[in-house]
Amino acid sequence: MKVTSIVDGIIIDHVQSGTALKVLHYLHVDPTSTRLALIMNTDSHKYGRKDIIKIEESDDLDLTALGFIAPQATVDMVRQGHIVSKHKPDRPVHLVNVISCVNPRCVTSVERGADQCFHLDDSGVYRCDYCDEKAEL
Amino acid sequence: MSEQFDRHSGEVPSTDSVFPNHVSSRSLQGRSLVTLDDISLPQIKDLLDRAAYIDSHRREVAHTCDGRVLATLFYEPSTRTRLSFETAMLRLGGQVIGFAGAQLASVSKGESISDTLKTVSNYADIVAMRHPKEGAALVASRAASVPVINAGDGGHMHPTQTLTDLATIRARKGRLTNLTIGMCGDLTFGRTVHSLISTLCRLGQVDFVLISPDELKTPEYILERIDASPTCTYRETSDLGEVIGDLDILYMTRVQKERFFNEDDYLRLRDTYILDEEKLKAARPDMAILHPLPRVNEITAGVDQDPRAAYFEQVRNGMLVRMALESALLGDELPGYQVRKEVQA
Repeated sequence: MKVTSIVDGIIIDHVQSGTALKVLHYLHVDPTSTRLALIMNTDSHKYGRKDIIKIEESDDLDLTALGFIAPQATVDMVRQGHIVSKHKPDRPVHLVNVISCVNPRCVTSVERGADQCFHLDDSGVYRCDYCDEKAEL
Repeated sequence: MSEQFDRHSGEVPSTDSVFPNHVSSRSLQGRSLVTLDDISLPQIKDLLDRAAYIDSHRREVAHTCDGRVLATLFYEPSTRTRLSFETAMLRLGGQVIGFAGAQLASVSKGESISDTLKTVSNYADIVAMRHPKEGAALVASRAASVPVINAGDGGHMHPTQTLTDLATIRARKGRLTNLTIGMCGDLTFGRTVHSLISTLCRLGQVDFVLISPDELKTPEYILERIDASPTCTYRETSDLGEVIGDLDILYMTRVQKERFFNEDDYLRLRDTYILDEEKLKAARPDMAILHPLPRVNEITAGVDQDPRAAYFEQVRNGMLVRMALESALLGDELPGYQVRKEVQA
């Protein structure tokens, strides 16, 4: 399988296999209007299987949520057809309006206009700011 | 984790006023109290000292909050807690406004918590709020321009009850560490239990015995909190009689009907634990029995006469710690009270 390389953009590599569409969703990337390539369930030396996402012209993309949704991923910055840098996504200390709290007793289930806020606790778990419920995808 | 997150501002702060463990020991003036994690251990101990001082200097402190107004916003029924907050302010010389029951409030017209708090901030100097939803107090503290005290947010946190419990434990046992503490009853929805365990874990050296039916066990995040404490341990059991002889403190709770979606479940579980004189025979002579009240039938009336029963002392301590807290958040110093050096630092 051959996928055309991107010229200027990013490659999100080592995405957990089968989750690439979910990653696009949480990064607010609309696959119907974005130039991108998805490679799903391809071979990986490290993980056995992985997904790869290539996005052309990604300058406006906010990758904050990536450290939450795909912390094991690698982000390659591509400029003029060459990879110019690689980095692991940082785990954000705070997530706002990325996911919703699943606790039916949480105040966010009734309070109009309340942001869905999660923080990273000392044990590395994301919890709802309001009710301390664990974050679920 | 390189940065910490401040719940109240919703931002990562540059100072030490952070959540959850690295709290500043600066003055409490102007701050809200959503959970006791918001304040340092020296500040918690200072509030307990202030409460004891108030108890022995009632006349001297009677005008500490002259001219102040407390708003009590109680979106769900409460007798004890609301009266305790209100009496505390009245005994400090202040006045009280508020409502009790969501049907009486603008919430019945669809008003949000945020809007209510923005409005009430213009009337009152300080707010005490109880709400059935978890995290409601945090929403309130972010919206209000005056200090907000969490008077219970669903099954989540109830920090002033915890201060009450700590004051009672310290009065009975002379210490807050090196204790075996049994928590009995509804440990799933019992916010008083969650707050107390969380704070005792910060103090350390407590062995928790968690006594509940399988359906009402302690939530995972509370167990993780105990695990994270290097000096605290826990064991879970469903048999009170098996462990009562090991306990320094027995903290009984009510199975709360209002927390159940299904009444059949409530009826099946409510009578699981009933502490009576017979069961107490196996307990230590100096064990203290605490209960956040109200009780239904989980402690028989015959136990009230036992010197180990401390639950009506808790009520008194509750008012005293709320007096201490209200005056501290307002920045109204108690005449004659000396703040210890580690709190001033």
